[in-house]
Amino acid sequence: MDALILARVQFAANITFHILFPTISIGLGWVLLFFRWRWLRTRRGANALQAQGWLDAYRFWTKVFALTFALGVVSGITMSFQFGTNWPGFMERVGNIAGPLLGYEVLTAFFLEAGFLGVMLFGHGKVSERVHLMSTAFVAFGTTLSAFWILALNSWMQTPAGHEIVDGVYHVKSWFDVVFNPSFPYRFSHMVLASALTCAFLLTGLSAWQVLSGVGQRSAPRVMRAGLTLAAVLVPLQIVVGDLHGLNTLQHQPAKIAAMEGVWQTERGAPLLLFAIPDLAQRKNHYEIAVPKVASLILTHKADGEIRGMNDFPGAHPPPLPVFFAFRIMVGTGMLMLGTSWLGWWLYRRAAWQPARLPRPLLWLFAGMAFSGWVATVAGWYVTEIGRQPYIVHGLVLTADVVSAVPPSMIGLSLALYVALYLGLIVAYLAVLKYMAEKPEEVLQREAVERAVTPAGAITAPLVEEGV
Amino acid sequence: MSFDQALPVIFMALMGASMLIYVVSDGYDLGVGMLMHRATDAEKDILVASIGPFWDANETWLVLGVGILLVAFPKAHGLVLGELYLPVVLMLIGLTLRGAAFDFRVKAKDTHKRTWDHLFFAGSTLASVAQGWMLGRYVSGFGSGWNYPLFAGAIALALPMAYVLMGATWLVMKTDGELQQKAVHWARIAWAPMVGGLVLISMATPWVSATVRERWFTLPEIIALMAIPLTTLLALLAVRGLLHTRFVRGPLCWMPFVLLVVVFLLGFLGLAYSIYPYVVIDRMTIWQAASSPAALKVILVGVLIAVPAIAGYTIFSYRVFRGKTGELKYA
Ligand code: HDD
Ligand code: HEM
Ligand code: HEM
Repeated sequence: MDALILARVQFAANITFHILFPTISIGLGWVLLFFRWRWLRTRRGANALQAQGWLDAYRFWTKVFALTFALGVVSGITMSFQFGTNWPGFMERVGNIAGPLLGYEVLTAFFLEAGFLGVMLFGHGKVSERVHLMSTAFVAFGTTLSAFWILALNSWMQTPAGHEIVDGVYHVKSWFDVVFNPSFPYRFSHMVLASALTCAFLLTGLSAWQVLSGVGQRSAPRVMRAGLTLAAVLVPLQIVVGDLHGLNTLQHQPAKIAAMEGVWQTERGAPLLLFAIPDLAQRKNHYEIAVPKVASLILTHKADGEIRGMNDFPGAHPPPLPVFFAFRIMVGTGMLMLGTSWLGWWLYRRAAWQPARLPRPLLWLFAGMAFSGWVATVAGWYVTEIGRQPYIVHGLVLTADVVSAVPPSMIGLSLALYVALYLGLIVAYLAVLKYMAEKPEEVLQREAVERAVTPAGAITAPLVEEGV
Repeated sequence: MSFDQALPVIFMALMGASMLIYVVSDGYDLGVGMLMHRATDAEKDILVASIGPFWDANETWLVLGVGILLVAFPKAHGLVLGELYLPVVLMLIGLTLRGAAFDFRVKAKDTHKRTWDHLFFAGSTLASVAQGWMLGRYVSGFGSGWNYPLFAGAIALALPMAYVLMGATWLVMKTDGELQQKAVHWARIAWAPMVGGLVLISMATPWVSATVRERWFTLPEIIALMAIPLTTLLALLAVRGLLHTRFVRGPLCWMPFVLLVVVFLLGFLGLAYSIYPYVVIDRMTIWQAASSPAALKVILVGVLIAVPAIAGYTIFSYRVFRGKTGELKYA
């Protein structure tokens, strides 16, 4: 295999592993802020059990957050080397644009998160409740801010704007246009919603798992309600934003849309393909299952609107197979999320928010969907990134032109090491989540008290409140 | 020198500063990690707790340092990271294992805790050795010949020792009782190899690089420059002396750590003097490697605004977690 393929696979493997954790921590930071705030609001009230539920929820999910954040950080450190090691030409060409964006991400977002994380996780009792709440808010804000900067860069690579090219060198004409390039608003909102959804389904799914395994954690019903509500509200929003995103892509990257929809020949009234196997060699689809005119309807909002086909972009369209399928996986997961969250919310409300009264298959469905956000997010990114090929900066710089000169054997070796490490860590992450979720309530309470007495090695701050 | 010409120098200084902060701050983390296997199970928890609130922020300085290299000196970035491809990968794997084990060890099943502790130790060691190797390769300008790998190999052993010493003195500062006693003992053990390594580097660097030789061993510079090694030597001797007094377990517990920070600072200044104005010694100057002044100015604005804020909340965090780790209370 040549260096280009290996470098691409390695970059894809690393960022795929990395994004699993940000998608959770971006959403979860804000959710923790909410739990903590609810507890502060209710703890002096009459309903002690309710307050305790919020506190338990906060404690448990802070641990999940700490674990997720740690993996996000370590894989992110690897990412920050990947640009240079895999695509040295990238920075040499568009460094004047990419550099400052990455620089601002580190300076404003990463230090903010990292600086306040310690106080957020360990600071109970050392700072006032107000300062602690603010630290949590800073961490949550930092994660969102880092998404802002990195997506500004990624969107610029998809729909470059605000720059000029003088003697082959890229210069910035307007930073505003660079950051708020045409696809940025869509991409940023779509990604933040994706994170919120990933987190919402994790909340719901893990709580359902707790109910199923019969450990009876006090926080489970409450967290499940929060997760389902969040999901039910946000999925429709995500679908609308996704649709708008698609329209934007049609305008700026028509070749990507052609690959997503499996359209070879430019046509009016293009059908929506529910299934097909696009064949690059023969330049046609096999086994099509089509709904007439619907693709045109969705994308142009006219039944006989024109959609340009891949044949219009000789040598400059992405490989359709992965894009086509990744897109269907994302949208399919989105529809599944819609069904699950609406049905689930309605049934749960009818059960008066008592998980025990829910049919067990429904709980199994929730548990099964715990990581559906990961599937949709990774699939979505694959659509976006593979859909940009053969360019690294759409229409301007070819991926093949910026690849590193490191010998393929070296890239291959490091790829193997990374993949082995990542597989091990994902398995460990899932196993530990399961183990933590199945800890009975008494053990959790005992641990909280014990740790407060002997401070050793605690990752998440257990806290013992007066009278609890 | 016009402002545009000065910009690369400013960024070189910024990059150096963040690398120095990284080496000092993650140095004590990694050192503590390498001491894990010498601690009892109960002590391990305290070891980890002592670095718990800080390690993430410490690592972020590495991201900033590499970020500046990438952003401000793109051409050097390709050259340096191309030369160091494999050790970089190993370092990243080490850091990943360390960071993951750090969190997993208290959350996984009790029966798995041991394994994570081993991985914590292994990750810290791997990262430190890889960093030592990279430092050795970098200061000798990636030369080829039998003496170069030997030199890098020696530093690959010496840097972890320096980290262990940092870690041990950090623990002297942050713990008390029996563990503190042990930390003093660990520090004494690590002192000699660290000093030996330092001497070796100081002798070997001029040997492998003619540029460095000229820089240091010409009159009258040599007289002024002697201040650096002499102060370093004094600081190291003071550390040694302190480790044998009882004050180190009392009011002066912070002293060895602070003295070591001074040693690192001096070593860094010496190195900077050897290398300037090159990014890659004898091969590429900072002006050859720098990106456009326009881009650098945009980042500089960010740096000027962000760095005071970063300093502010770093100090805040160290203040919140000041004092002995044994006193860390959650109620
Ligand atoms: C949409 C969100 C998103 C995306 C697309 C990326 N990241 Fe990321 N990254 C985050 C969102 C994030 C985060 C939420 O801010 C993290 C993850 C988990 C965390 O705890 O912080 C983070 C951590 C993180 C860190 C560690 C920061 C620290 O020390 O605190 C680095 C160095 C990077 N990332 C670098 C990258 C690079 C070079 C990327 C692209 C190629 C990238 N990330 C894609
Ligand atoms: C976070 C989720 C992301 C995922 C899952 C992802 C996935 C991928 C994949 C699968 C590829 C390989 C495509 C191919 O070669 O066919 C790729 C390439 C690439 N992506 Fe991303 N990406 C993500 C985010 C980003 C971001 C935020 C940036 C930049 C700011 C970025 C920059 C690149 C670059 C430079 C390449 C290399 C060129 C290429 O092979 O396309 N990616 N990514
Ligand atoms: C169900 C309706 C959905 C539609 C119509 C939709 C539409 C799109 C489109 C058109 C793209 C490609 C953008 C481009 O690069 O040109 C995209 C990307 C993406 N999608 Fe979706 N999407 C949907 C659901 C989801 C869901 C449920 C998630 C995750 C929970 C998700 C996560 C993503 C991500 C992470 C990306 C890549 C980042 C980006 O470009 O913003 N999508 N989506």
